[in-house]
Amino acid sequence: MLSIENITKIYHQGMITEMKLFDRFSLTVGDGQFVSVVGSNGSGKTSLLNIICGSIPIESGDVKLDGRSIARIKDYKRYATMGRVYQNPALGTCPNMTMLENMSLADNKGKPFGLSRGVNKKKIDVYREQLAALGLGLEDKLHVKMGNLSGGQRQAVALLMATMTPLRFLILDEHTAALDPKTAEIIMELTDKVVREKGLTAIMVTHNLRYAVEYGNRLLMLNRGKIVMDLEGEEKQKASIDSIMEVFNRISIE
Amino acid sequence: MIDLIISTVTQGLIYSLISFGVYITYTILDFPDLSVDGSFPLGAAVTAVLLTKGVNPFLTLPIALGCGALAGLCTGFIHVKLHVRDLLSAIITMTALFSINLQIAGSNLPVGRATDTIFTAAPTMAVLGSLSLLMRKLIVSLIIIVIVKIVLDLYLKTKSGLLLRAVGDNRTLVTSLGRNAGNVKIRGLAIANALVALSGCIVCHEQRSFSATMGTGQVVFALATVIIGISLFKRLSFVKGTTAVVAGSVVYKACIQVAIHIGLPANLLKLVTAVLFLLVLVLSNHKGEEIIRA
Repeated sequence: MLSIENITKIYHQGMITEMKLFDRFSLTVGDGQFVSVVGSNGSGKTSLLNIICGSIPIESGDVKLDGRSIARIKDYKRYATMGRVYQNPALGTCPNMTMLENMSLADNKGKPFGLSRGVNKKKIDVYREQLAALGLGLEDKLHVKMGNLSGGQRQAVALLMATMTPLRFLILDEHTAALDPKTAEIIMELTDKVVREKGLTAIMVTHNLRYAVEYGNRLLMLNRGKIVMDLEGEEKQKASIDSIMEVFNRISIE
Repeated sequence: MIDLIISTVTQGLIYSLISFGVYITYTILDFPDLSVDGSFPLGAAVTAVLLTKGVNPFLTLPIALGCGALAGLCTGFIHVKLHVRDLLSAIITMTALFSINLQIAGSNLPVGRATDTIFTAAPTMAVLGSLSLLMRKLIVSLIIIVIVKIVLDLYLKTKSGLLLRAVGDNRTLVTSLGRNAGNVKIRGLAIANALVALSGCIVCHEQRSFSATMGTGQVVFALATVIIGISLFKRLSFVKGTTAVVAGSVVYKACIQVAIHIGLPANLLKLVTAVLFLLVLVLSNHKGEEIIRA
């Protein structure tokens, strides 16, 4: 369980542009939840993810994972049990390394990076199978440099790499926003499949209201650092794009 | 003439150790590490002092490696832990090293003819004693370079080596893997500067002297060799980066040797180095465009 307790986040503190985004903001995400987070630009969606991952500091409050405070723990240590897929497909893989090398790196997450062989040839078949399951024909491209693949292909591999090792949390940071509609659809379906199969707890920030409605089992809408909508279970299933759009428009006009 | 060719190749080999270092920082880590200009003479300074004190010449090799690693550690520490920009942290180390080198060995320290170097010491003579000094220099340097190259190639294929390559390629991914990207960077800088100092060490053995100014322009030389090497062998994917870099270094030294041979005054050497580097940069850019158009 992830709990965010009374956090305050102020940007540009002490300057004329000072902006208090979160003022004693709290949120709890239970195990097995797949939370979609929507909201307009500046509503605090990405800041929320960055606070969970430790990419940006907070002024006060606490972030707890399974009851243990992680607010003072460095970002790279938090990632030991978290996976993250970014909006920019280039951020999830190393462009000048081959797909095989990239997957070997991801496969070794949580283990020491010592002087043993970087690429375990015995695992090539396993990687091939995992890539084949994506259905993008990537299984024959293990020796191709990631930089030579398309954005959608890279994002699919990034998703695979982020979820290769056991995770407490999967963070999806507008991970379909930079892709064309068809590829975005494929990545979204893959995401849903991975989250279901591995029983992951996930938080997905998205601008696509349809994805927020169709996928996941909880829906949050943020506006100026506050939760203005929180639907779960049956309520979430009943929600339609129109009903959410209506709320979205109302708060945008305010 | 043959002698000149042999000595040029030897020079190219010895200096290719600097190119290995710059290959790691510039190509792999994407870090503008100017501290090379300081860690190269550092290796030579330490070696000159140790040799004149009568230390076993072969012992100077690991000591120079260690000193260079420390210099790299400094640059890395300033950049990663004190949050100074990469270029500036390298310049700070380079400037500091200039004084440190003067403290270690003064502005000039010759190593007397009577002192044994790695090219004249008993173990070398036992194996290569029948050869001329010139040939011994070539063979001993070649052995060292081949060993370093193989070890470096093997290292880059280990898990630790993959992580090093990843940090220059995409720092975010290294963080996502739960690793401290800063520490990986520091490790890379330490390895690179260790190799650079080793080069300074062997140069000191070879020319039997240290001078405080011997580091000036080495980073430009090394960058040029790395770029020459990589653009020469760009189309041959089976040639490893490290091999390309050694070839680049030998080609470069040969160019300089030819320039001197046709009567270039020694005072203009750095100018020629700079112009040659510019030429290489412009030509390799031009080539890049051709590949894209094709």
